[in-house]
Amino acid sequence: MRNVFSFAKGSLVLVGKGSKAYYIWVFSLLALISMGVLAYLYQMRNGLIVTAMRDQVSWGFYISNFTFLVGVAAAAVLLVIPAYVYHWKPIKEIAILGELLAVSAILMCLLFVTADLGRPDRFWHLIPVIGLLNFPQSLLAWDVFVLNLYLTLNLVIASYMLYSLYHKREPKKSFITPLLLFSIPAAISIHTVTAFLYSGMGARIFWNASILAPRFLASAFCSGPAFMILVFLLVRRYTKFQIKDAAIHKIAELIAYAMFINLFLLGAEVFKEFYTASAHLVPMKYLFFGIDGHTALVPWIWTAMLFNLTAFFIFLAPSVRKNHFMLVVGCVLIFIGVYIEKGMGLVIPGFVPDVLHEIYEYKPTGIEVMVSLGIWAAGLFIFTLLLRIAIPILNGDFHIAADGRGSHIGDHLFLVQARAADPEEDAGHGPEASARSDP
Amino acid sequence: MNDGKKRDKKVFQLTRRKALKSLAAGAAVLALPSRDAAASVWDAFFQKHFRRMTRSDLEKVLARLEREYSQEYAQEVKVGVTPPIEGVKYGYGLDLSRCIGCRRCVYGCVEENNQSRDPQIHWIRVVRLKKEKGTDLHYAEHYYNPSQVPEPGHFYMPIQCQQCEKPPCTKVCPVQATWTEKDGIVVVDYNWCIGCRYCMAACPYGARHFNWAKPRIPNDSLNPQTHYLGNRPRPVGVVEKCTYCIQRTRQQPGRYPACLEACPVGARKFGNLLDPESEIRKLIENKRVYILKEELNTQPKFFYFF
Ligand code: SF4
Ligand code: SF4
Repeated sequence: MRNVFSFAKGSLVLVGKGSKAYYIWVFSLLALISMGVLAYLYQMRNGLIVTAMRDQVSWGFYISNFTFLVGVAAAAVLLVIPAYVYHWKPIKEIAILGELLAVSAILMCLLFVTADLGRPDRFWHLIPVIGLLNFPQSLLAWDVFVLNLYLTLNLVIASYMLYSLYHKREPKKSFITPLLLFSIPAAISIHTVTAFLYSGMGARIFWNASILAPRFLASAFCSGPAFMILVFLLVRRYTKFQIKDAAIHKIAELIAYAMFINLFLLGAEVFKEFYTASAHLVPMKYLFFGIDGHTALVPWIWTAMLFNLTAFFIFLAPSVRKNHFMLVVGCVLIFIGVYIEKGMGLVIPGFVPDVLHEIYEYKPTGIEVMVSLGIWAAGLFIFTLLLRIAIPILNGDFHIAADGRGSHIGDHLFLVQARAADPEEDAGHGPEASARSDP
Repeated sequence: MNDGKKRDKKVFQLTRRKALKSLAAGAAVLALPSRDAAASVWDAFFQKHFRRMTRSDLEKVLARLEREYSQEYAQEVKVGVTPPIEGVKYGYGLDLSRCIGCRRCVYGCVEENNQSRDPQIHWIRVVRLKKEKGTDLHYAEHYYNPSQVPEPGHFYMPIQCQQCEKPPCTKVCPVQATWTEKDGIVVVDYNWCIGCRYCMAACPYGARHFNWAKPRIPNDSLNPQTHYLGNRPRPVGVVEKCTYCIQRTRQQPGRYPACLEACPVGARKFGNLLDPESEIRKLIENKRVYILKEELNTQPKFFYFF
């Protein structure tokens, strides 16, 4: 027990310590969070009328972000599978960062759902027994259930592993392996359930497609890992933590497969709708071409298409995706591309035209954007703090002290100047490598 | 300074004095106007689901609501909970060949059911359709403003909650805040709804409406005869919908829904589907029936005749 206490204390100390860059980063996030909180308070006071949502389009930007982030969270499995099912060492070393990302992403999901509620004060109605969860009928009840399950799983796994490493002992296999294996179907389930939440409604023809869940999964396995690669590149550049090229390249390869499946499934759906050209086509037509002069989503979806296709070609050729500059470009393109496609590009056409075929064009208001920015900042803030604790542990800079009581903290900076290039590892990585050796 | 402002200022000073006093006493302070109000905020927060309340729970809740509404709207407001009548299942009929698209039903409904006037909420939507396009809603016009109705070449279709036998809206609600009553009416507990709006996404008829802002009803336009599951004033942030005027139709002897009474051409019919002698049954048997979006298998209890 005393050990848990000193671990917690050590972690708190770590979180408060860092280089100037770390403080600047953390405080900018805090500033954004405060702005989000203020915007949210304004929304609480005036009601959701301050958003652009109306009866015709009853879900908007918040639920779009939620949908996208569920995918990001689910993507941790893409690390867990090679690491723990195939025992591939280079990824095993970093899988924990994926789990921490999952934790942060789920917390953001929960925040986005809360921001969308008309009566956040009644959230307790969702808690089983004291509230009244409509289980198993409502898919939203399922979603609440699986999201919390997945959050708990990842929290337990990550903190147990880190705690063991902190004590410099091997995590107990009999405890951790079943949890890890269980986290794979759990990750798939969060995204499947979120897809079912949409596809289960006969009233909304745009969502009412059996292909929706596989499409969700495919795009999730692009966006989440793309974000992870970006984080890994930053982490190994600005902290003392080493991440092997091999691991990053393996993830890039997996993204290439996922992107292929994603584009293929999208193509299948687009073909069916446009070739049949029945009344079902209208929402998709709205999305890609606009109807009757209403074209709010058109530029967005084509941007997304362009980004996803470009990224796909970047990731397709091993020689290109191994160039770290191209890799960064590809990851950014995928992240934005999927963000648009799985966010606004999925949620809004479900409502436009509405069930009585009225067209109301939705565009988020400033308040919605500010609240959302605040939630993103909160997610990044949580992720940063988690990394702040995890990375020194993985580095060996934070562990139990020799006396077995207090903790040893070797790392006082966290974010450091870009590391001098390790000539062996970085050989031949184009502009990235040379940029890195700049003073 | 007018009286209202003076009063506000006084209340503010009073609460401030009180707050300072309690602060001095070292207690944590909620600057709520009075102990009563604080208690009622608390009671409202912990209020149970309508169907889980005991008789005495319910009585307390009704008393509190009546007190709050009466205060807010400066008149005596009654909140009833008349239960469904045994052996009754309500059905609605609408004669498309008679409807002239005047939308008096819309406003009759607003007045009877205390819908917000600002922002406006309408439980009934009347669309204008072209005769040659039939009932294809793709060609529906939602906003039309002729000097005279009916207009040649057009017909009109009022759409409101269809009180589906298999309602997708209640299925999806994560907290069971909405359900079907024994008489077939789909209701919402406005004190249990969390405002997730999943039901709005699921309803194929656009029949559910959300209180995006605090509903505003002028004191003198409030209908004070209300039902807990029907037309009582709604809070902000919850969903509401047509209940076939539960506060009227459940009375014995029952009254017709307000929209039916408002219709100048008698296009609207209402009655008990379980009674073979009722007008609605005769109409279903003898007229041609059209069901809106029948392919979705929601099985409406709202029948269009033509
Ligand atoms: S019309 Fe809509 S709100 Fe009414 S019962 Fe059917 S699904 Fe529910
Ligand atoms: S908005 Fe209210 S009634 Fe509708 S699904 Fe959500 S909680 Fe249920």
